[in-house]
Order: sequence, then structure tokens, then C-alpha cells
Amino acid sequence: MKYLFYPGCSQESSALEYKTSALAVLEALGAEVEELGEWTCCGASVAAVVSDLLGLVLPARNLALAEEASDSREMLAVCSACYTNFRRTAEAVAANPGLLGRINQALEVEELTYGGKSQVRHLLDVLANDFGPQAIAARVQMRLTGLTVAPYYGCQTVRPYSPFDDGQRPASMVGILQALGATVYRHPREAYCCGTSLVMTKPGVGLQMAGEVLRACSSADCIAAVCPMCHMNLDSYQDQASRVMGQPLRIPVLFLPQLIGLALGLPESKLMFHRHVVPVGPALARLSQS
Amino acid sequence: MPNLSRSSKGRLSLDSEVISLTATKRDSTFVERLTPAGRLLSRCIQCGTCSASCPSAPAMDLTPRQMWRLVQLGFQDQVLHSQAMWLCSLCYTCHVRCPRGIPLTETIVTLKRLAIQTGIGEWPDSTAFYQAFSHVMRRYGRMREMEFMIRYFLATNLLSAAGYAKLGLTLLRRGKVHPQLPRLRGEGRLDRLFERVAELEGQG
Repeated sequence: MKYLFYPGCSQESSALEYKTSALAVLEALGAEVEELGEWTCCGASVAAVVSDLLGLVLPARNLALAEEASDSREMLAVCSACYTNFRRTAEAVAANPGLLGRINQALEVEELTYGGKSQVRHLLDVLANDFGPQAIAARVQMRLTGLTVAPYYGCQTVRPYSPFDDGQRPASMVGILQALGATVYRHPREAYCCGTSLVMTKPGVGLQMAGEVLRACSSADCIAAVCPMCHMNLDSYQDQASRVMGQPLRIPVLFLPQLIGLALGLPESKLMFHRHVVPVGPALARLSQS
Repeated sequence: MPNLSRSSKGRLSLDSEVISLTATKRDSTFVERLTPAGRLLSRCIQCGTCSASCPSAPAMDLTPRQMWRLVQLGFQDQVLHSQAMWLCSLCYTCHVRCPRGIPLTETIVTLKRLAIQTGIGEWPDSTAFYQAFSHVMRRYGRMREMEFMIRYFLATNLLSAAGYAKLGLTLLRRGKVHPQLPRLRGEGRLDRLFERVAELEGQG
């Protein structure tokens, strides 16, 4: 299977381990992945607030690049906010084709044209549905027996523009984690909000949200995340969230492809566990004991 | 006396469920101006599913349900000056649960935009976030997390940055953020695109 890869800004720095492990896992599964050249920021949660049109044009710029580069390959995003912006733009254009003219008037300065055709998929969708638990299980070299993993989808991975899972009770990760040999810890905060940028602008509110997720997962050995924003809030801000919750919360947060890569026997250079703020070691130690 | 009042701390409060329609200035075109999605707000039946679903609602000065009612009734000033929209984390839970199919979260985005355009100054910690992010995005075409954070804290409250200093050092040590010198001169990567969008919106 062939994909165009849109890394997104976080994957170039704070979540480099997400990009690295995702690409390594896709390669190990036999996918052909090519990074989209000259990509720029999708606009995050900011562009649409600055201007209605900018909120469509920044994603459309990358979608236009994908159309130019692609021979029907789908574009793959790993960040749920990027994914949401791309699908939101595609939906807006599908519902109101008149928007295309306006978007393209803006894209003229970049010598690009968006045709409203390119499709964007989330990494989780591709792993769960293009490959699936069986194909993943077939390549497992070290089963994660004894490791209890709490799946965490966050918001924009599954709603509102995401067609591949239930927007409120998602389950895409269950089959994958079971295929790795891990025990899945289901909990009521699987699709709850991580607090997003509120951890900066309104820490009392944002950290409480991150804390609610951490507390719901606290009986598991680790959390599996599929978005760099969620990961940042749950991992980097874990101490601060603990203080807001008034209880010590300590749980490693891994990106799903890091867990898959571990089971597939990929080397540490592709998994980069050393970059996490909350050490991953204790969870991995449980693994070797079992 | 209007029921909608502002306390000495500047907090907006809705004293009761009864709203005086005559004592407060209203703009009946408010809903119409909230882009096509916002116009659907006339369908709202005030069931309160949005408030019950919102992880931020307990911290809001107006609950989402109250805010949408005020939008319907044209209480533009009260809505745009409230803090409620700035506590929205874009989780889209209200959006997918609304039994009337109103794209509520998208409408919040429009409200934030209107509040910034109107020059509402009460919530600088929130509005500075959009300005700092937008600046870095325009300049480099991609996010530079460290420069964005520094710009944000310089624009808001350096003291609060102190609380993040330890975390900042940890992130540096882990290689999660990279110190890069800001590029102050020269054309920004997305200057021309931003300018063209502004031109086109000016025409709109």
C-alpha cells in the first residue's frame, strides 16, 4: 500500500518519536510511504479563528500539494488536529463547491490549485483498517504479554469529521493492542478531551482534563496515544496535572506505533523511548518479567 | 434592571432564567452573522445537552446552553465579552451530541473570531495565544514550538512562565523542543498567502 505522508509540525520536534516510530512500523508492515514535499502548517486550532478563509486555505495548500504529487495515493496524517483540519476543509468544499474558487484565488500566490479530491486518512484508521489486527499479529516477534494498555483516542481522532470509528465510543485500538498480545484496559475517558491548549491559556481547566484521563487510566501499565497534542498534555504535563488533581499520577504514555514497533522487534533508534518525560522503563520492565 | 450583570471582578453572570428583553441592548442580526453554521442556532431547543457534555462548562461564566440562548436573542455584547468561548477546547462533544444537529463547535470558532475582530480585551491570556501562534506560523510556515511559547509568555505574563521553566528545561533535555534563533527580518514563508487571504476577505 502506498501513502503520501504529512508529518505536521509537532512531529518535527516535540513528537519526533511519533513520526519515527510510525514510519518504521508502516515500513515493517510493507507500506510505501513518501513524505509530502514543501508542506506547511495545517493552521492548527488557530487559523480559522484568525480568519474564516485562512482556516480553509492553510489545509487546502497541503491538500493541493498532495493532489499534485499523487497518483491517487491517499494522504496520511498522524496528528488528529491536522487530520481534522484536512477533513473539515474537504467537507466544507464538498458541501459548498463555490468555496473552491475562493480558496484557489488565495492559492494562486503559491501557484497551487486545490481540486477538492485528495483524501486524508488518520494513521489509526490505516493501521486498523488497511492493515488490521491479523496482518499486524502475523509480524509480531515479541508479544506484549503482561502489559496492560489503556487506549486513549482523544477527541479529534474520532470526531466530528472522522468516518472510521465511533465518535464517542471508539474501539479501533482494541484489536491492534490484542494483536500485540497486550491486555486492553477499557475506561470511560477513552475519547475525553486532553485539555489541548488550555493547559497553557487556562491551566486550571486544561490540567484538570488531562488529569481526568490520567486518573481513569491509572490502573493500567501505560497509555496508548495517537495524537501529539494529547501525548504532550498527558506526558509532559503529568506532574502539573497530578498537582491539580491532588493525587500522585504516574503512568507512561506511549504512541501506538511505539508499542507496535516494540512488538515487531524494531530497534530503540526507531522507538525513541528515551524522549518521554515520564520514563517508559517501568512499563517495559513488567513486560520482561512476564 | 437587566438580569445580565457584570460583577466587580468583571465576571458576567446570568442571575436567573428570566431575561429582560427590553433592558439590554440587542442585535437581532447576530445569529445571521455567525456564518451559515451559526444560523442553524435558531433550531436550538435549549435541551442543555451541550452544557452537560462540555468538560469546561463548570468553569464557564455562561454555560453553553445559556450562551446559545443569548446568541439567539441577539445579546451580542454579553456573549462576545464572556469567557465561555475561550474555555472551549474544541473537543466537539457538544457538536456530535446536539440533537438538533447544530455544528456548535464550529460556531464557537466564529464567536472567537468575532470577539478578536471586535477588539475584546478581557481575556488577553487567550487572545495572545492566537496572535503568537499565528505570527510564528506565518513567519516560518511551520510551528516553532519554543519561539511560540516564548512569544506567548512575553505577551501575557512572564511570571506564569516561571511555572513552566522546569518543564521547559526537561523538554530541552529530552530534545523535545529546539532552541532556534528567531529570524526577525526578511519575508515570512506565508506572508503572501496571508496577505492574499486578507485582501480576499476584505472584498467579501
